[in-house]
Amino acid sequence: MRITQGTFSFLPDFTDEQISAQIQYCLDNGWALNFEYTDDPHPRNTYWEMWGIPLFDIADAAGVMMELAACRKVHAGTNYIRMTAFDSSHGWESIRLSMITDRPAHEPGFMVERQEQAGRRIAYTTRAYVTTQPAGERYT
Amino acid sequence: MNDLTDNKAIPEKSRYSAGVMEYKKMGYWEPDYVPKVTDVIALFRVTPQEGVDPEEASAAIAGESSTATWTVVWTDRLTACDKYRAKCYRVDPVPNTTDQFFAWIAYDIDLFEGGSIANLTASIIGNVFGFKAVKALRLEDMHIPVAYLKTFQGPATGVVVERERMDKFGRPLLGATTKPKLGLSGRNYGRVVYEGLKGGLDFMKDDENINSQPFMHWRDRFLYVMEAVNKAQAETGEVKGHYLNVTAGTMEEMYARAEFAKELGSIIIMIDLVVGYTAIQSMALWARKNDMILHLHRAGNSTYSRQKNHGMNFRVICKWMRMAGVDHIHAGTVVGKLEGDPLMIKGFYDTLLGENVPANLQHGLFFDQDWASLNKCMPVASGGIHAGQMHQLIHHLGEDVVLQFGGGTIGHPMGIQAGATANRVALEAMIQARNEGRDYLAEGPEILAAAARWCSPLRAALDTWKGVTFDYASTDTADFVPTATAA
Repeated sequence: MRITQGTFSFLPDFTDEQISAQIQYCLDNGWALNFEYTDDPHPRNTYWEMWGIPLFDIADAAGVMMELAACRKVHAGTNYIRMTAFDSSHGWESIRLSMITDRPAHEPGFMVERQEQAGRRIAYTTRAYVTTQPAGERYT
Repeated sequence: MNDLTDNKAIPEKSRYSAGVMEYKKMGYWEPDYVPKVTDVIALFRVTPQEGVDPEEASAAIAGESSTATWTVVWTDRLTACDKYRAKCYRVDPVPNTTDQFFAWIAYDIDLFEGGSIANLTASIIGNVFGFKAVKALRLEDMHIPVAYLKTFQGPATGVVVERERMDKFGRPLLGATTKPKLGLSGRNYGRVVYEGLKGGLDFMKDDENINSQPFMHWRDRFLYVMEAVNKAQAETGEVKGHYLNVTAGTMEEMYARAEFAKELGSIIIMIDLVVGYTAIQSMALWARKNDMILHLHRAGNSTYSRQKNHGMNFRVICKWMRMAGVDHIHAGTVVGKLEGDPLMIKGFYDTLLGENVPANLQHGLFFDQDWASLNKCMPVASGGIHAGQMHQLIHHLGEDVVLQFGGGTIGHPMGIQAGATANRVALEAMIQARNEGRDYLAEGPEILAAAARWCSPLRAALDTWKGVTFDYASTDTADFVPTATAA
């Protein structure tokens, strides 16, 4: 399966040139970019590991791409990597764009666990198959 | 000694002689009045009966929507009546008409109970619309002072927190209304929900008239829908939702349905505008308390918002609903099957999403409106839209909107999942192009065609609905058009 979190997951994976164009759009809007990675793709896993702090002071797309390259060197293949753009302006003060830039070659996906309860109710749990393995050993 | 002794509120004996007097002379017409920052201001479109002076008709509106009755009453003299009288302070002819006038009327904030849309509206639209001295009357816009806004909760969740909870940023959200609206069993209904969500939609939705009917009782619908939502979430790795409509005959029953939706883990519920302002405010409080997104379907609004000379403009409903505290409201599509002039809809969207919205007569906004940090309310575009219009939709509606393709998903020739995928691919391709700085409005058809080369569901959607438009003239249109000025 293909996890479709993020702004562009229904499109073919972006080339570096296409990622760079999105970075430029974010920079032009005054948003700070940040890379994050995880090997727990649960849809409610909010806090992926941060690759450093957001790049508040990098003003050009090439510099941001260098950070992505450094992050990829350590985590590509074994983790999902996403790029997040933060808007600090009043009334928003949150994320404006969030896209997956890198994903493991094989994505096993999730199972639904159903716990049957009284009155036909079912308590649902979404579980990523990979999380039966310890962190760091999931997409090797 | 007290505030009333230093102005003209000292009642003149003649003002209070028994009998009937022109409203203008009773203090409801004050052309020199400068509204206070705490005043509520209403702008009416007044069509006086033939022979009735526009200022007198407008003063009568001010009178009948505040303290006046048809005759002089001495009991006014027991009150600080000058303060409680609404004051019409400006009357202008409506451009390009001969019989209609805009009347600006200011109301002191003490005329209204805090945090009550019902009380506000009981004055402003309570009696006056049936008043015989006017042939027709329409409430066009209102200015709500910050002091009064701060007595309202505002949207239970708001656009920013909704996006954080949904983990969806940088693009419009996608939805679809389950079709057919009526007749599906719970099991079949859940099938449509599952297919749409798995195919790529963020939300599926009950329609306004799906409550609890012989073909499908509400509990059965809720149970099957939540199976569909949870299964689709696991199939995609994304947060998914379905607006469970909890509209019912009583508040007790609405609360019961909302509680059940919460117990089942739903992230969003919906209500219909026809439940009434007080019920809407109650459900907004419930939604805030229970971390639930609250969707509002504007069922019924066109009975009073569509005709230009009588009723009320939808932008006023937008203001009241943002105050009342809903998170979503249907606010037009521009290009779809329902009423919607582009300039008017821009005004609605700005009203729902803005923080400091400046007056803009072309958009129908007569007043600067500071929203005092009330949450933003997400507009929903629904009704006769399809993937082939994606560039126009993003151009007109921006990215903070839920685009709902009902027929445009479920009517897809390759099935519901394919319909959903077509919409999602078209959307993401267009956002990508927009962010890359392309002229996506002009190049829209090419951008869609390029994506359709690798995405067969999109190709089929474009072929099926190519050229489908709803090109009828709008009835609710701008009164003010830009005039050319010398450079």
